[in-house]
Amino acid sequence: MNARTATSLAIAAELPRDALGVPYIAAPVTRRAQARGERRLSLGEPVPFGWLLGPFLLVLYWSVGSASGLIDPRVLPAPWVAVTTAIDLIEKGRLQADLAVSTLRAAQGLAWGVAVGLLVALVSGLSLLGGYLFDGLVQVKRAIPTLALIPLLILWFGIGETMKVTVIALGVFIPIYIHTHNALRGIDLKYVELAETIGLSRWGFVRHVVLPGALPGFMLGLRFGVMGAWLALVVVEQLNATSGIGYMINLARTYAQSDVIVVGLVVYALLGLSSDAAVRALEARALRWRRTLGR
Amino acid sequence: MSPVVSVRGLIRKFTLRGVLNGVDLEIGKGEFVALLGRSGSGKSTLLRAIADLDHEASGSGEIFVPERLSVVFQDARLLPWKRVLDNVILGLDGPNARERGRAALAEVELGGRESSWPYELSGGEQQRVALARSLVRDPELLLADEPFGALDALTRIRMHVLLRKLSQAHKPAVLLVTHDVDEAIELADRVVVLDDGKLAADIQVDLPPEGTARIERFAEVKEQLLVLMGVHESA
Repeated sequence: MNARTATSLAIAAELPRDALGVPYIAAPVTRRAQARGERRLSLGEPVPFGWLLGPFLLVLYWSVGSASGLIDPRVLPAPWVAVTTAIDLIEKGRLQADLAVSTLRAAQGLAWGVAVGLLVALVSGLSLLGGYLFDGLVQVKRAIPTLALIPLLILWFGIGETMKVTVIALGVFIPIYIHTHNALRGIDLKYVELAETIGLSRWGFVRHVVLPGALPGFMLGLRFGVMGAWLALVVVEQLNATSGIGYMINLARTYAQSDVIVVGLVVYALLGLSSDAAVRALEARALRWRRTLGR
Repeated sequence: MSPVVSVRGLIRKFTLRGVLNGVDLEIGKGEFVALLGRSGSGKSTLLRAIADLDHEASGSGEIFVPERLSVVFQDARLLPWKRVLDNVILGLDGPNARERGRAALAEVELGGRESSWPYELSGGEQQRVALARSLVRDPELLLADEPFGALDALTRIRMHVLLRKLSQAHKPAVLLVTHDVDEAIELADRVVVLDDGKLAADIQVDLPPEGTARIERFAEVKEQLLVLMGVHESA
């Protein structure tokens, strides 16, 4: 029973009386029993590598399912079979070779996508004309699935590396542009006033106010972009490729080697997770000046 | 002596807030002027016009202001992504910018906090950084738009002492917008009252340095101002 109900249940005879003998009701008391150092509405102290909990539970389920025969090995091979296959692929040198090719492609696509996305977002975000020129175009591009563009890109760039890197770059470009542009346009007008009163030049304004102010948005875009680069890889490496993780998976599909497919998928997952963790570490360092709910 | 600031026949019309119906105002070199008025009287409008921040307003009139002009806003308006010293020297270049920034921070009694982030400072400390950011530019005119409005009473008193010390040391002309009558009398050489977009009064404070004479003069000016602002009925 808390203090509130206690006072309402008390009968007048038991109430405390003041100096003149008039009964009064004591103000309800709220007890503070929460642990010190923890904000009531915040999320609490983060646990290192806490994000691994979900993936760990998935692998646990997979292992238990395979060991108990609940998961048919023809549907999904057991984790230890996948591990053996991975070791085998590494010993033959295939996994490393395919991984290196895939990583290079993703990195090239990422670099182009980030550079162009950032540049176009700046031009489009900082000038009206730039916005009129580019913003509509980007929205049009967003509405067209990259998969549907691939036939045209093949016609334009052939079936070689240029086409593959272009497809990846397009997938990276969109989130970088959208989030950076959004953050640029969202910069508080009061900082613009400040920049005017202290006589910052246009370039000084961009360098000291706009770019750091838009950094949180850019970082979010980068997280989407890095993930997008790996995802686009799957698509392009199934098109006339002779190397890469996607090619390895595609080949395995032809020969119905589900264990190799699983290895490929796990590699994708690991690449995606580790690169996302890297971007998040970068983000935490770059945005030290913020105090947020999630820290 | 020719004035540092000269405003003539200033008219401003807004669709949203505040109007000015022909304001004339002169501020001398190193003179501390407080601009009093009820909310909605147009005092911020006047300050923003002088600071050239009112692009959205239509109007007419002449404004002459010195080249080196600084504004202190009601919020400290520090860039959250820059450390304290970088906020102070924002936009300054030259090899000794950091030295000057450090000196300015020491002057507002924040020496040693150069590499703090703005969120690590209290409201009063943030406003002192904003003061340092203005002072380091060695302004001929300091415009302050209710700079202490968001601070608690004790911090405000400390800020008054600091601002008076700094304005005596650097001698900029100051235009302080406030709705606090005591603050205006305490700090300013001259108090002007804005009412309905026009200057309703222009009072030389001439506060004696100390003693009963000071208290009497303070009360006299205060009564005068309160009547002008429609708070007290005139006797």
